[in-house]
Formats: sequence, structure tokens, C-alpha cells
Amino acid sequence: MGNDLLNMIELRDFNLPTTKNEDWKYTNVAPIMKNNYVLGASLGYENHLSTVLHDFFFQDFDYYKVVFINGIFAGELSDLTGLESGIIVDSLSNFQKNNSELLSRHLNKYSTIDNGFNEINNSLSSNGLVVFVPKGKVVDKPIQVLYLNGDKTENVLSVPKNLIIAEENAQVSIIANYHGIEGKEYLTNIVTEVYAGKNSIVDLYKIQSEEENSYHIEKVQAYQEANSLFNHYNFTFGGSITRNDINTCLNDENIESHFYGLYLAHKKQHVDNHTYVDHAKPNCMSNELYKGILDGESRGVFNGKIMVRRDAQKTNAYQSNKAVLLSKSAVIDTKPQLEIFADDVKCSHGAAVGQLDENSEFYIKSRGIPQDIAKSMLIRAFAADVIEKIKIDELREQINHLVFEHLNRVEVKNN
Amino acid sequence: MEEIKTNGLQEKDEISEDMQLLNDVTKNEYKWGFITDIESDTAPKGLNEEIVRFISLKKGEPEWMTEWRLKAFRHWQTMEEPKWPNVKYPKIDFQDIIYYSAPKKKPQLDSLDEVDPELLKTFEKLGIPLEEQKILSGVAVDAVFDSVSVATTFKETLKEKGVIFSSVSEALKDHPELVKKYLGSVVPYTDNYYAALNAAVFSDGSFVYIPKGVRCPMELSTYFRINNEETGQFERTLIIAEEGSYVSYLEGCTAPIRDTNQLHAAVVELVILENAEIKYSTVQNWYPGNSEGKGGIYNFVTKRAACRGNHSKVSWTQVETGSAVTWKYPSCILQGDYSVGEFYSVAVTNNYQQADTGTKMIHLGKNTSSTIISKGISAGKSNNSYRGLVKVGKKADNARNFTQCDSMLMGDKCGAHTFPYIEIENDTAKVEHEATTSKVGEDQIFYLNQRGISTEDAVNMIVNGFCKEVFNELPMEFAVEAQKLLAISLESSVG
Repeated sequence: MGNDLLNMIELRDFNLPTTKNEDWKYTNVAPIMKNNYVLGASLGYENHLSTVLHDFFFQDFDYYKVVFINGIFAGELSDLTGLESGIIVDSLSNFQKNNSELLSRHLNKYSTIDNGFNEINNSLSSNGLVVFVPKGKVVDKPIQVLYLNGDKTENVLSVPKNLIIAEENAQVSIIANYHGIEGKEYLTNIVTEVYAGKNSIVDLYKIQSEEENSYHIEKVQAYQEANSLFNHYNFTFGGSITRNDINTCLNDENIESHFYGLYLAHKKQHVDNHTYVDHAKPNCMSNELYKGILDGESRGVFNGKIMVRRDAQKTNAYQSNKAVLLSKSAVIDTKPQLEIFADDVKCSHGAAVGQLDENSEFYIKSRGIPQDIAKSMLIRAFAADVIEKIKIDELREQINHLVFEHLNRVEVKNN
Repeated sequence: MEEIKTNGLQEKDEISEDMQLLNDVTKNEYKWGFITDIESDTAPKGLNEEIVRFISLKKGEPEWMTEWRLKAFRHWQTMEEPKWPNVKYPKIDFQDIIYYSAPKKKPQLDSLDEVDPELLKTFEKLGIPLEEQKILSGVAVDAVFDSVSVATTFKETLKEKGVIFSSVSEALKDHPELVKKYLGSVVPYTDNYYAALNAAVFSDGSFVYIPKGVRCPMELSTYFRINNEETGQFERTLIIAEEGSYVSYLEGCTAPIRDTNQLHAAVVELVILENAEIKYSTVQNWYPGNSEGKGGIYNFVTKRAACRGNHSKVSWTQVETGSAVTWKYPSCILQGDYSVGEFYSVAVTNNYQQADTGTKMIHLGKNTSSTIISKGISAGKSNNSYRGLVKVGKKADNARNFTQCDSMLMGDKCGAHTFPYIEIENDTAKVEHEATTSKVGEDQIFYLNQRGISTEDAVNMIVNGFCKEVFNELPMEFAVEAQKLLAISLESSVG
């Protein structure tokens, strides 16, 4: 296909945020805007049918397999055999055909358009993942979704719009696994909506290992009903500029939310995580733990906001953000925010920035362990707080491996 | 179901009891409200180059000073009011403000007998008997009464040591070279909207110069007071601590009841050279508006200290109980190696008060350290925000910061917010930030009640304990006043 046939997207047509915008103060999106992009949907995925996708997946455990290439659902490459009837895992466009009433009840009901990137997704997206778990059903295996983005010759823009619906008493675990194809710079711009019904449990893992010349932007917006539990696990390895917005609205009583994040950056990578926990009703609990390891000339940004509204008495909300700088030129900007309008609450946030502890390092070395391994042990210990929260044992070890691979350091395994 | 209902009812009763107590607080009248009648020499309302020239002329300033003011004014016209603070107030009409008013009689005085007796009465009502202070406390008082210094005491003692403590206008006459060198060097007129406005129209303020190696023999103190209705007060304070010197400076404010909002946009500049230290303490009790949120002072202040030399130290301590709207971030620029910045703050808001306050610690030199302790107490329908920045520059090796900001809420109609910015560009930095939000614990009150202490006293004790870390930093006289203020501000409020 020649360029003339492709629909070139000019990002300038959208009102993208600048650093003058408080929410984008530390993230300059100008590099993203220098390219014109080809919409992923216009490329098709046929030439990837022969690509060996096996290596991209996390292995050694059972999972339902879903593949998206440049934002298009690749049915031939997916494997959903054994899925209990009633549970739907499909592309947004198929779901629309078969369940339009259900879709219209949830789609775009939770996420608002906050900035130009959301607008791009909203106006250009035609596809994405839908997971629908009806009342009382439990998905027996995690659903692992591979999003493969990029192209050898074109600057691709992928705009998946995902929707996860867990009805009353439902339970589901999803692993969103982002990878890239070596080639031209590309932009992945995602919006994910999560609806957690009464008593439901939703685990959403995100492991982002995109190419290092790529731009990755995602907004997750969750909406939780009474007694629900939403866990979000966020691991960032790849991307030149990464921006995650993870928001949840606790709109009934006895809700629990956990946000865990680990971001690693080296060279000139830029990782920006924004979280927003909105406590609207009483007796809820939220907990956030974000950790960053920054090497090279990388820059990390963390902005966590907890809102406790007037009604939300007896709220417990905790947030902790820690970062270690491994090199002289790494930069971290963090802003933990509390906005509290109710008086009977327990809220705290903590932020700490430092380096690997010299005394601990000395102690390990004095036991005859070489420096590089001592350092790795400390990194491992630092990252472990987040990694050990992963509920799938096999995934835990593979992510630990990615940490050392990404930082190019000697790996230290558990025990 | 039944059970839940009864619980709900009980809770309601408790709440209404609390509300009753909270109402009692709002009825608490502002205790320092009265108006002194002194004929003043006033400029017409509004602001233009003419007014700026008028102020400069009135004060008999040199040509360069007039030019500086005009430059600031022209720059101000190109700027916009900041919108980012977490406060709401009606738009200020800058043309509806009188920018200059001075008490007409301004005699050069050596003793208190020469001071206008009405003025003296005002000070007595304020609880600042000059003569008593002169004799007992050993505090030199430069009383700023509506923009112009009237009486300065202990000048002689200070003179011996070489310490200059005067109004800025006097300093402009006696030591123009010092003023020229340092004025605007820490807070340039381009800094922000209100700093530019202040530079253009500032009426007067205090000037302190501590020469090399001198430890200032007494605590210096200025009492500000807004007096003339509809007068914006634009103070400018400049303190210079030469190598190896030390000074402790106190600033305290009260203001009379007013219906129209009054604007207060002060600038404070501190210059600290090698091995020097400045301790700057503030008790701020401007009129906060009545229980409906009407009236009250807008307090938009730029305070900044530059630790220029190695081993220099600055310490800001503030107790903020007044003002309808407060917008204030005393900052420390830690340029010198091993320089130290400290910030201790208690901010109390009640009724419809709004406070957006905090600090900036900018680490530039090596081995610099900073401490931030901020305690926010919100009651009534007020909003209290902490907004702070800790920045560690690329070359600031081994910078260390510890931040703790705690909020306490009393009642369910107030808000407490924290906006800490942490920007680290050096891998040897160690920065810690902690924030908590809580209310006065029922179990704590119960414990004290059980020991025969009334609920009101119990709350006072708990709140005082909550703020102790900050009060400990205040000089003795101020600590007493601060505790009293806190008790008055929160009288009979139970969370």
C-alpha cells in the first residue's frame, strides 16, 4: 500500500496538552507531535500472521490468548477455547454487532475526555478489547492480551478502546501485555474502561514492554460498585515517552482498590504515572504503592491524587511512592496530592527519593558478595514490594527477570 | 435494619451536638477589632503611573527608585493574576484601591512622649504597650502604623553594634547603596503578579542590616496594622545578614473589622551570607471575615530567603490564624554549600477562611539540607491547603530534605488539601515526604474527660500538642501569643 492511500493523521489537529497544563507539567509531548501517523486499522495485520508471537507471551501458566495488532483484533491468532458460555471476550466491533444494548449501557459511561489524547482515541478508535463476565461467573484462567504495535516502514498510531465489564459477583483477571515491532516510531494511545459490579473482583495487569522509540499513552478509568475489589498492577519497561492515567471512582460503600506500580527507565526514557482515587462514599479503602528505578538520563514522574468527598466518612486511603536514582543524570518529579473534605478519615501519603543504601551494600559486600550482585540484590529487594503483589506465581518470576534484563544488570532470583 | 437505623439517629444527634459547638466558634467575635481615627494623607483611588510617581515623591525617594517602581508597574500591567492557588474570591478591582495613606503627623521621635497619644492607645489595645516592651522585654519595636513608621525604639543600642533597623524609606535616605544593592535581588519585580504590584506601590516596610560577625543583641520586631478603610497595604521588608551574623526577627499582625475586602500584598526579602543565620517568625492574625465569610483580608505574600554563603541558615516559623484568603509560600534558596533551610508552620482556618500556604526549598549548593514541618487545622467551612516544592538541582550533591505535613479536620464541612511538588535532578539526594490527615480522636477526648478535663480544654490540649513541634521554634513571647491565638481561633470547636 502506498502512502497516498493511507489516512495520515496530523496530531496538530487535536488539542494536545502542553507543559502549561498542570497535569502535564513534567511531560512534554512535542516529540510525539513531530510525526504524522498512519492509523493502525488501515494497515491490516495479514503480514503478521507468520510472525512468531509465542515469545511475546508470558509462559508457564494457562491463559486465554487474545492478540491485537496495531489496535486491530487478530481473531486467527487468538485462542479462547474452553471459555465458559456467557462470558464474552471479543473485539469491540463484534461485540457491538451482537450486544449493542449492553454495550451502550457501559461504553463511554465512565471515562470522560480529559485531553487531546483521549479525544484522538475517541474519534479514531474503531476497535479494542471487550471482556464481559456476567453475573456470578468466574473466568477460570487469566486472559492474556498481547497488543503488538508498530511497523517497519510507517509511523503507526494504534488507538484501542477497551471495555471490561464484571457484573455482580463476577471475577476476572486480565493481563494486558504491550510489545512493539522494531521499526519506525509509533504511538499507542489507549482508553480502558472498567466496570466492577457489586461484589466483583477485577485484576488488571499491565506490562508495557514497547519498543524504546515508541510513545505509549493510556487512560484507565474504573467505576466500582458496592463491595467490589479492583486491583491494578502496572509495570513499565519500554517506551520513549510513557504516560499512564489510572483512575478509579469508589461510588458505593465497602469498596477496595489497590494500585501497584513499578516503573523502570534507563537511557532517555520518560515515564509518567498519574493516579486518581475518588472516594465518593463512606467505608471504602484504597491503597497505592508505586516504585520507580531510574537509570541513565531517564526521567520519572509520579502524580497521585486522593480525593475524599464530603460524604466519604470512615475512608482509609494510603499512598506511597518511592524512587531510587541509579545515575547522576536521572530525574524524578513527584507530587502526591490529598484533597479531603470529610473529617473522619485516615489518609496518608508518603514519598521518598534516594539511592541504594550504601550501608546495606557494604554489609552484603563484606560477606564476600561482589559489588554488581550486591547492587542487584538491593534492586531486587526494592522492586519486590511491588512484584510480590502479583497473584500469578509464574508471572511474578518472569517480571522479576524483566527488571534485570531491562536494567542490564546481573539477575538475582528469589531465594 | 432496625439497628442500623438507631445507630444512624444517634450519629445524627452527635453531629448536631458538634454543630452546636461549631456554631459557638463562629459566634466568637474578632477580639482585636476597633478603628483609630487619625487624619491621614491619602492618595486618590486607582493605580496609574501618576500614582506610582506620587508615592515615590511623597516618600522623597531618589530618581533610580522612582524608575524602578515605574519599571515594576509597567511589567505588572503585562501580567495576569495567578489562577492556580486553591482559593476562591471575587475579582479584585485594582482601580478601586487607595495605594497610599499615611498618618499626617510624622515627627522624628526619640522618646515615646512625643508619639501621638491616640496611636499609643491603639497599641495598648493591641496588647503592645511600647513602654512596657521597651523596659521589660528588651525588644526593639519598629511600629508600622498604616504604611509609615512612626516610632522606632532601641535604635541607640542597635547603633552601637552597627545594626541598622529602620523603615525602608529612612534606609533609602541614610544607606541608599545598601538598598540599591539588595532591594529586589531576592524577589525581582518580575517574579509574580503581586510582587510586581508591591514593587510599584510599596508604601514602606522594615530594613535590617546586621554587619559582619554581629549577633543582634535583641529580637527585632515589627507590628503591622491596617488602619485606614480601603487601604491596600503593601509592605516591603529587607533583611541582610552579613558574614557570621545572626538575627531573630518577629512579625505580627492584627487588623480591625471591615466589610470590604482589603488587599495585602507584602514582599519579604532575606539575604544571608556566609555563616550567617536569620530566624524569621510570624504570627498572622489579620481580620478573617465574619461568620458568613464577609469581609476579611486578602493576604498575598511573597517571602523568600537567599542563603548566598556557605553554612548559612534561614528558619521561617509562621502561625497563620487570620485573613479571609491567604496565599503565601516562604521560600529558601539554598545556594551556598552546607546551607540550611527550615520551615515550621501552623495554619488554622475557620468559618469561610481559605489558606493556600507552604514553602519552597530550592537546593542548589552541595550538602544542603532542609526541613519542612507543616500543621494545618481546618474548622467550620474553611479550606486549608499545603502547597510546597522541594527541588534538588543537578549540582546539589548530598541534598537532604525531610517534609512532614499533617492536617487536622474539625467538622465535616471543611477541607484539607496537600499539593507537594518534589523535583529531584541529582541521584545523591535524599528526600522524604510524609503527610497524614486525621481528626481529634474521640478516644483522646474521652481519656482527658475521664480525668476531669472539660471537652473544650481537652481539644485545646490536643491541638496544642499537634502544633507543638512548630511552637517550640517560636521565640518565647511569640509562643505564648500563638497559643492564645490558637485557643481563640478554635474556641469550643470539637471535631
